[in-house]
Amino acid sequence: MKFTEEHEWLDADGDVITVGITEHAATQLGDVVFVELPEVGTTVAKGDEIVVIESVKAASDILAPLDGEIVEVNEALVDNPAAVNDDAVGSWFFKMTSPAAAEMDEMMDEAAYQAFIG
Amino acid sequence: MSELNPLPLEALHAELGGKMVPFAGYSMPVQYPMGVMAEHLHCRSEAGLFDVSHMGQVIVRGADAASALERLIPADVAGLGAGRQRYGVLMQPDGGVADDLMFANRSDHFYLVVNGACKYQDVEILKAGLSGCEVTLLDDRALLALQGPKAEAVLADLLPAVAQMRFMDSQMFDWMGAELWISRSGYTGEDGFEISVPEDRAEELARALLAHPAVAPIGLGARDSLRLEAGMPLYGQDLTPEISPVVAGLGWSIAKARRAGGPRAGGFPGAEPFLQELMDGPANIRMGLRPEGRAPMRAGVELYHSVDATAPIGRITSGGFGPSVGAPIAMGIVPAELAPGTTIYGEVRGKRLPVTLATLPFHTPRYKR
Repeated sequence: MKFTEEHEWLDADGDVITVGITEHAATQLGDVVFVELPEVGTTVAKGDEIVVIESVKAASDILAPLDGEIVEVNEALVDNPAAVNDDAVGSWFFKMTSPAAAEMDEMMDEAAYQAFIG
Repeated sequence: MSELNPLPLEALHAELGGKMVPFAGYSMPVQYPMGVMAEHLHCRSEAGLFDVSHMGQVIVRGADAASALERLIPADVAGLGAGRQRYGVLMQPDGGVADDLMFANRSDHFYLVVNGACKYQDVEILKAGLSGCEVTLLDDRALLALQGPKAEAVLADLLPAVAQMRFMDSQMFDWMGAELWISRSGYTGEDGFEISVPEDRAEELARALLAHPAVAPIGLGARDSLRLEAGMPLYGQDLTPEISPVVAGLGWSIAKARRAGGPRAGGFPGAEPFLQELMDGPANIRMGLRPEGRAPMRAGVELYHSVDATAPIGRITSGGFGPSVGAPIAMGIVPAELAPGTTIYGEVRGKRLPVTLATLPFHTPRYKR
């Protein structure tokens, strides 16, 4: 599992990369009350705002961590947004394929991410 | 950001794990480890303790303080009995609303509680407008609020006499040598108390209240969602110098005696347009809004008649998620002719989403009258 500075986790299985937000991010956001997911088949560029998350406190986005295509989204989160707070690592948002998957090698591993958030 | 003033309970908030944020010039707890949602629900079912020491506590003393206050507050101040408190708005000289406040008649003087962000300006307005009165902003007292269905039982453990108080009573009590100023009121839609305490006894009182198993500390985040469900305006959002009290839905706070034809009609800045609007009915008014679906609509969202209308008809002034309602809720200023149940549209992230007009409050208050 790899981590970005935007507090996303990425888990690659073959060509498919599963993406969620870290427990640290979920704690910072507070109780999540709304999730809007991208459509399957959407082509995204790294840095695009592709998921909207609203907590009781504020709205925020998940950015595409890589160039690529959305191949699956977790519709269960739309009906139960609080799952993100209950289990951030178990609550994936979307799965994507990416021609730039090799960029994951440069991302933080768990130890580096823990050091990053202090 | 300039330096933030510490409040008397700063150390206690840190011990309780409060997440501190800058608010009204102070460092204030926005939430505790329980989180906004759970804190909100706890206050509705048990009791919550809020530190609102940033708010301004003001003493107005003078031979005819009630009449003087009526020159700035379009409410029935003179008719308020001793030991009672009322809600009102404070007018600035140009006729706009400077703040909203509570005022209590304490026999030989009045005790006012005003918003923290406005208190220094409010005191200037009061000093300038109340000739013959002495206006003092207190700087040696903290303010706590204990709110929720178990608030009475909790506070009565320390002071049994509070159980006799009714909604909007305001009295002084001795608690182990500390003079407490207690009113039965709040900003949550629950029964409860607001407690002014000398700052050097504030932590001791807060700890005594928190020792009760029903009490949890509640931050500003849940304070906002609680007052939103209760349909209460927040000065600076739902009520501003540009929004008249009538448009803000606060016409009820202007007693008959101060209205056109009443014995003490007008006599405050902006009285003429204000009383006219009260008689004619405002063109726009603050109403409740229930967004369809789960997406919250927050302050600033523009409202439209239809998905393709070009000009907005109104704007959301407060909005978010209502934990007790279990859905997004909002308040906004809309054309007064629109009836509850009407569907209009709020523009969120470039999309027009349906929202239904609703009567306020979303949560029926449970006061002890």
